[in-house]
Amino acid sequence: MHRVRSGLALTAATALLLTGCAVGTGGSASDDDTDYDPDAELSGELSVMGFSGVDEVATSRVEYTEGELGDVDVKLIEGDLDIQQFLSAVASGEPPELLYADRDQIGSLAARGALLPLDRCIDGEGIDMEQYRESAVDQVTLDGQVYGIPEFNQVQVTMANADLLSAAGVTIEDVNGSDREAMTAANQALTKSNGGALTVIGVDSKLPEFLPLWVAASGGSLLSEDGRTASLDSQEAIDSLTWAVGIYDDQGGFSKVKAFRDSADFFGAGNQFATSVLGAMPMEQWYINVLNEVSPDAPMAFDTVRTTEGEPIAFAGGSAWAIPSGTQNAAAACRWAKLMTSVDAWKVAADARLSAREAEGKPFTGILTGNTVADEQIREMVTSGGEPWDSGIEAMYEANDHTVSLPANPADAEFEQAMQDAVNSVLNGEATPEEALAKAQETAQKALDEGWQTIEERGGE
Amino acid sequence: MTSEAIRAGGRVSERQVVPPEERERNRKRASRRNILSAMLFLSPWIVGFLVFTAWPMIYSAYLSLTDYDVINNPNFIGFENYAEMMSDPKILLALGNTAFFTLVQVPLYVIVSLALALLLDRAGRASGFFRTVFFLPKMTPPVAVGVLFLLLFNGQTGLVNTVLGWFGINGPAWTTDPAWVKPGLIFMSLWTVGASVIILLAALRNVPETLYESAKLDGAGFWRTSFSVTLPMISPALFFIIIVNTIAGLQTFDEAYTAFFGAGNTTYSNDAALFYVIYLFQQAFEFLNMGYASAMAWLLFLVIMIVTAIQLLVSRKLVYYEGDR
Repeated sequence: MHRVRSGLALTAATALLLTGCAVGTGGSASDDDTDYDPDAELSGELSVMGFSGVDEVATSRVEYTEGELGDVDVKLIEGDLDIQQFLSAVASGEPPELLYADRDQIGSLAARGALLPLDRCIDGEGIDMEQYRESAVDQVTLDGQVYGIPEFNQVQVTMANADLLSAAGVTIEDVNGSDREAMTAANQALTKSNGGALTVIGVDSKLPEFLPLWVAASGGSLLSEDGRTASLDSQEAIDSLTWAVGIYDDQGGFSKVKAFRDSADFFGAGNQFATSVLGAMPMEQWYINVLNEVSPDAPMAFDTVRTTEGEPIAFAGGSAWAIPSGTQNAAAACRWAKLMTSVDAWKVAADARLSAREAEGKPFTGILTGNTVADEQIREMVTSGGEPWDSGIEAMYEANDHTVSLPANPADAEFEQAMQDAVNSVLNGEATPEEALAKAQETAQKALDEGWQTIEERGGE
Repeated sequence: MTSEAIRAGGRVSERQVVPPEERERNRKRASRRNILSAMLFLSPWIVGFLVFTAWPMIYSAYLSLTDYDVINNPNFIGFENYAEMMSDPKILLALGNTAFFTLVQVPLYVIVSLALALLLDRAGRASGFFRTVFFLPKMTPPVAVGVLFLLLFNGQTGLVNTVLGWFGINGPAWTTDPAWVKPGLIFMSLWTVGASVIILLAALRNVPETLYESAKLDGAGFWRTSFSVTLPMISPALFFIIIVNTIAGLQTFDEAYTAFFGAGNTTYSNDAALFYVIYLFQQAFEFLNMGYASAMAWLLFLVIMIVTAIQLLVSRKLVYYEGDR
């Protein structure tokens, strides 16, 4: 009897210990007690996770924001966001006060209750959400609630080697996506091989990451606006994937192109454009700066990526500030998010970047932010770098005015993984686009359904 | 009376004076003191084991029965995670990839290690230098090996295919062709045979010279000597290397993750390189399914236990321990 009692006691103690171990913060914390007031004097500690900016654009804004925050002890946790580090902090019940994350990470974290909805923060601090780019706000809005304040913005621009285009008898308009048949033909004209080895990549359609861009450019979308219904197997998706994979097939297959691409000195003077081994590709706008920096004499040509109707288009990406549930200083976190993304902060950053570039005798190519007002003002400060770089900056700003995005959803990671798995299996020759996308649709929709069910269950608690 | 006799006499008289109960108490006290001392010396390891091994294992067993996303409290769901694993096609894919890797890599690893150890055994004075050279790659961080893999085995410009080209061989796309990804990773893993080479070399040098002399006198040739003397005598070391590398093979992660799933390859991945622990990591830290990942961890533990048990059973017939016979 004594043994039975001891056994029961041990079992109960173990069960208590086991269940008590996982602290977590989801759903257990709110900011109801926080007084958000733009005139309030703030104090306390503000630990910031995920923000690793060390250039003048980051440091100048941090300095500005710290000055405006007043008596708040800011601690920047070094390094980019490490989701393991964040989850460990959450599991131990001690999350950071503020999180800096990619916007496509916000939905999954918000759905699990790891982030605070920012409605009270936005209202209380008087944050003007109209100033932020709509596509960026969509990426951090889940089930009608905003969970992040957009910061940087990223768009894609068509980049090409003008010499190779000219030699092949094609133009930048042939490789900007507006006419897919023309782009296929241009790819064939640009591609060069020697004894089975690729020596010039004609066009790199940048799969798997740019499938959403190509689908959007053909008038489709991979996810409904409310983030609930996947359409990975839509005709636009199948057609876009078939065409984009065909670009690689015409060059001997993705395997060859990828191997050649991987061997390039991407960030150095020997990059693919400078060494004339790449005809054209869509690429994020920051690469214009890289090219201008390391190979100012590269024979570049730029345009926006274009829809099949010929209109500019870009798929917005970027970062955002979010406040974790269980934060100890939501008021300071909210104020920080507001200040760091304000027009004034961005102007301070632009001034700092302009000075740095002038000191180096180089042009200031602008900064793309999630704040449309700041973008307009910074654009006025851009200095000429001569052609072709001025055209590149022009294309960048034009693309920034024509962005689309995928809405936040509770299964960001699973959705993206399903899409990438599908594209990769087609690229690797393991499935047809129809088969791969049908499987991806099933996987993604299952994850979405489970995610939304979790949100609904949490809402009912 | 000699001093020994006096001391012996003393003991006899003590035994006669101290009552048996008291002697038993003294013995128990001394025994307790010994146990306490032993425990004190062992305590750093015991505490470390309990905190960093036993407790995480118990806790992960509990988590495997829950729906746990790290952010919210675990929700007990019984064996649902295990049931879901049965219908998850990626589990089978990952297990298949891992089994292939282990089945090919371990024998190859052992053969290459043994070959190098045999060469080193005959290297004379230069042996020390080569031992260091062979061991150095073992010091390379696995992440660096993963990056190195992409460079060396690049199908277009990699050193491996360049060398193959000298012999008129058109090398495959090791890093992008699904059929060649695993073979490439297996070849790359041979980069770190150094530690096994050192162990086998030590075993080879422990084989008594007299056995070789006797074999020679009996007219045994190279192969006969190798199979009847060398291999049996180094079989414990070989067995150790096989066991350790089998477990490492079943847990392979770093190099493949760096090359195909980590930063720099955030979008392009290759199902051929989806090893079991990589999928486990994805479930835990990308999809936040920590409960499911815990169940996966226990399945892997079970697989490793079974494989190791089979190896131990087989070893009884194949491994020769001098002290046993």
